[in-house]
Amino acid sequence: MLDVSSHDVLLVGGGGAGLRAAIAISEADAGLSVAIVSKVYPMRSHTVSAEGGAAGVIHPDDSLEEHIYDTISGGDWLCDQDAVETFVKEAPEELLRLEHWGCPWSRQEDGHIAVRPFGGMKKTRTWFAADKTGFHLLHTLFQTSLKFSAITRYDEYFVTRLLINDGCVQGVVAIELATGRIQAIIAKAVILCTGGCGRVFRFTTNASIKTGDGMALAYRAGAPLKDMEFVQYHPTGLPFTGILITEAARAEGGYLLNKEGYRYLQDYNLGTPQPKPVLRSMELGPRDRLSQAFVKEQEQGRTSEGLYGPVVYLDLRHLGEKVINARLPFVRELCLKYENIDPVKELIPVRPVVHYMMGGVHTDLNGATPLKGLYAAGEVACVSINGANRLGSNSLPELLVFGARAGRAAAAFAAGQQAPNRRQILAQALDEETRLHDQFLQKSGGRERISTLRDEMQTTMEKGAGIYRRGDLLTHTAGKLIELQERLGSVTLYDRSHVFNTELVSALELSFMLDVAECITHAALQRTESRGAHQRTDFPARNDERFLAHSLVYRQTDGRPRTEYLPVTITRWPPGERVYGR
Amino acid sequence: MADRITLKVTRYDPGRDHEPGFQTYEVPLRKDWVVLDALNYVKDKVDGSLSFRWSCRMGICGSCGMMVNGEPKLTCATFVSEYMPGPVSVEPLKHFPILRDLIVDISDFLEKLTKVKPWLIREEERRVVDGEYLQTPEQADTFRQFSMCINCLLCYAACPVYGLDPLFTGPAAIALAQRYNTDSRDQGTNERLDILSQHDGIWGCTFVGDCTRVCPKHVDPAGAIQQYKLTAAKEWIKSLLMPWGGR
Repeated sequence: MLDVSSHDVLLVGGGGAGLRAAIAISEADAGLSVAIVSKVYPMRSHTVSAEGGAAGVIHPDDSLEEHIYDTISGGDWLCDQDAVETFVKEAPEELLRLEHWGCPWSRQEDGHIAVRPFGGMKKTRTWFAADKTGFHLLHTLFQTSLKFSAITRYDEYFVTRLLINDGCVQGVVAIELATGRIQAIIAKAVILCTGGCGRVFRFTTNASIKTGDGMALAYRAGAPLKDMEFVQYHPTGLPFTGILITEAARAEGGYLLNKEGYRYLQDYNLGTPQPKPVLRSMELGPRDRLSQAFVKEQEQGRTSEGLYGPVVYLDLRHLGEKVINARLPFVRELCLKYENIDPVKELIPVRPVVHYMMGGVHTDLNGATPLKGLYAAGEVACVSINGANRLGSNSLPELLVFGARAGRAAAAFAAGQQAPNRRQILAQALDEETRLHDQFLQKSGGRERISTLRDEMQTTMEKGAGIYRRGDLLTHTAGKLIELQERLGSVTLYDRSHVFNTELVSALELSFMLDVAECITHAALQRTESRGAHQRTDFPARNDERFLAHSLVYRQTDGRPRTEYLPVTITRWPPGERVYGR
Repeated sequence: MADRITLKVTRYDPGRDHEPGFQTYEVPLRKDWVVLDALNYVKDKVDGSLSFRWSCRMGICGSCGMMVNGEPKLTCATFVSEYMPGPVSVEPLKHFPILRDLIVDISDFLEKLTKVKPWLIREEERRVVDGEYLQTPEQADTFRQFSMCINCLLCYAACPVYGLDPLFTGPAAIALAQRYNTDSRDQGTNERLDILSQHDGIWGCTFVGDCTRVCPKHVDPAGAIQQYKLTAAKEWIKSLLMPWGGR
C-alpha cells in the first residue's frame, strides 16, 4: 500500500539551491513545513565539486554595472537583462549571508574577504574558499539547515513523477531507496533544485548523479525547457575521469599549449601572450571560445593523441611549487591522486568536457514556472542570467540568489493555498506505482542493457550536439535518440530486490536523460545561427533578427519535442559584439 | 603487468540472504582504474544487481567509502593496481549496519552530527548590511583543517571505540563540533560542551588515532578530541571552584 505524507513546500534536490531555498522558507515563515527530497544525502550533492569561486561585487573600484555588463556580453546577449540586474544586485548580500553562517571564505591580511580574478570577469570579484568553494558552500548550507526543525529530510528518495491536480503541481511520487517503498509526498508547492544533466554526454565534469531528473520531471508535467541548446564545455578537464581543472589554475598564470608547446589561443583572436595573466584575454577568455579553439587545433593536427582521444596541455610548471601549493593545492592533489601527474614537474593533459547547462526549466525572476505551484532554481532552471554562455563563478551566487527567491515565493504561494485534494492526487500516485512495476520491476524478456543504451546516447550526443554542430548531424542524432527511446522499452533489470535497487535508479535516470537529450538536440537543430556555446558550422553568424530569443521546448502528446520562441528582455544594454583580448 | 585481477565483493540482499557473503568477479586491470572503476565495470558489463554508492569520482562528495582489503578507503582514490596480483576484497564500511551489498546505513551519523550543533552560534546575529565578521588568515587557519571533513565516515569504520560502543559521538562529528568551537566568529562552545562532555561523548575515546590515520582529507579528529577533553576538563575544574557558574 502506498505511503502518504504531506508538507507545505517540497524541494526536490538538496544541493546548494535546495538548501538555500529550504532555509529561506523557514526564515520567511517558521510555521511552514518544508521537505527536502533528494536521491543522495544533501552533502553529497554536486555543488560540492565547484572549485573556483562565487562572483559578487565588493571592491570600491568595481561596480554592479560592470558585473552586469560582463555577464550580459559573456552570455552573447541572450541573458534577460532584468534578471541579470537582480542577480548582480543580490549576489553580494547572499555571499555575506553565507559568511555569517560560517562559510570559510579566504581572507585578506586585514580580515576582510579576499577576491580573485576569474575568466570573463573584467574586475576582480570572485570570492573563494581556497579551491574548494563549492564544498564549503554546500557544507555550510547543510550544517546551517540542521538547526531548522521545520525542515524534514527525505534522504535517498528518488522522485519519479510530479503530481498535478487541476493544473497545479501538488507533490511527487518517490521511491525510498533503502526499502523500495513507493511513496506519495503531497505539498502545496514544489521547487525543483536537481541541478544539471552533464551525464547525457561522454566527457563531462558532472558527477554520476547529474542526469537531468528535474528537467525531465518538469518537461513531462508540461512545463517548457528553455535554451536547452546551450551546453557549456569547460576547456580544461582531465580525460577519462572528466575531473575539472579549475579556471583558477589559468587565473593564477597557467598556460594552454598544443603539442608543439605553443600558446595556440593567440591564433584565435583572444589577445597576445603575456607572461602574467590578463583578465578576459588568452587563457582567461570565455570558456566557449577556448573549447572551440581546441576543436580547430584538433582539425589541424596540433593536439596530442592520448588514451582517451585528443588532448592539449595545461602548463603550471613556471608557477613553481610554492605558488601551486599555496594557491592551487586541490589542483595538484587531483592530478597526483587521480591521474598520477605532478603539475609542479609535468604538463597536465586536458580536453574540453561538458560542464554546465545554461538552459533549464523556464522560470521568472522568482523561480516560478508556467505551471502553477511549480518552481525551479539553480542549474535545473533557466531564469535566464547565463544566456548563451555562463561566466565562471556566476553559478554559485546564482543558486543562492534564486534559491532564496524561489523559496520565498513558494512559501508565500503555499501560505495562501488550501490543502490539496488527497483523493485526486492519490489516484495519480497509484498509477505511477503501477507504471514502475509494469515497466521495470516485474517486466522480463527484454534484452537491452542500460549501459549499452547510455553509451550510445552519449556517443551520439557528442557527435551531433557537441562543441560544433551541423544540421545533418543533429538530424541524425535526433533519429538515434528516438531509436534509443524505443529500445529503452526492452531493458530488463537483473536486480529484482526492493532494497537499494540502484539498477532501477539507473534505468529511470536513463529515461530522464533521453528526454533531456531530445530537447537539447531539437532546440539545437531549430536554432539556425551561432551564438555563445551554440556553434553551427552551417550557420556560423549570430542572427539577432530571428534569434534574439529564448527557445522553449514543450513535450507533445506523442512524446516528441516542439520548440517555440520568447523574445529576450533587453533593458539598457543593446546587443553588441563579444570582444575579448583587447 | 597482468591484464586481469579478481575482486572479492560483499553481496547481501536482506530479502533473500540470511547473512552477507562474497562473490568474485574478474575485471580488467588498468593502470588508471580505481576500485570504483572496477565496480562500475562489474555493474555495467557483468552483473547489474551489484549495489554501491558513488557520485563525484574526485574525492569530495564522500559517498564511496568501503573497506578495501580490510582498510577503510575512498574507492575513487584507490588504484586497483596497488593490490596486484590480487584478489582485492571490497566490503561495506565496518561498524555500520549493512543495508545491501556495499551500502551501509549512516543515519546514526546524521543524528549525531545534528546533536553537536554544527552551525555558527552567535549571541547576537549581525545584519548583512553591516558586512562580514573580520577574520584574519591566521584565525581562519585554526579551524580550516577541521572544516575539510567530507563526511565519508572512514574514521567511524576505523574507530575501535565506535565499534564497541555505538553511543560514542565519534570522530567526524566531534571534529565538526571543534571546527565551530575554534572559529573566531562562533560563540557556542559552551552549548556544545554540554552535549559532548556526557559519558558517551569524548570520554569514550582512548586516543588510538586510527581516525586521523585513515582520513583522506587530512582532518585530525583525534587531535580535536584531545583538544576538547582539555577544554571540558578545565570547565569541570572551573565548575568545582566556582559552583555559582563561572561561564
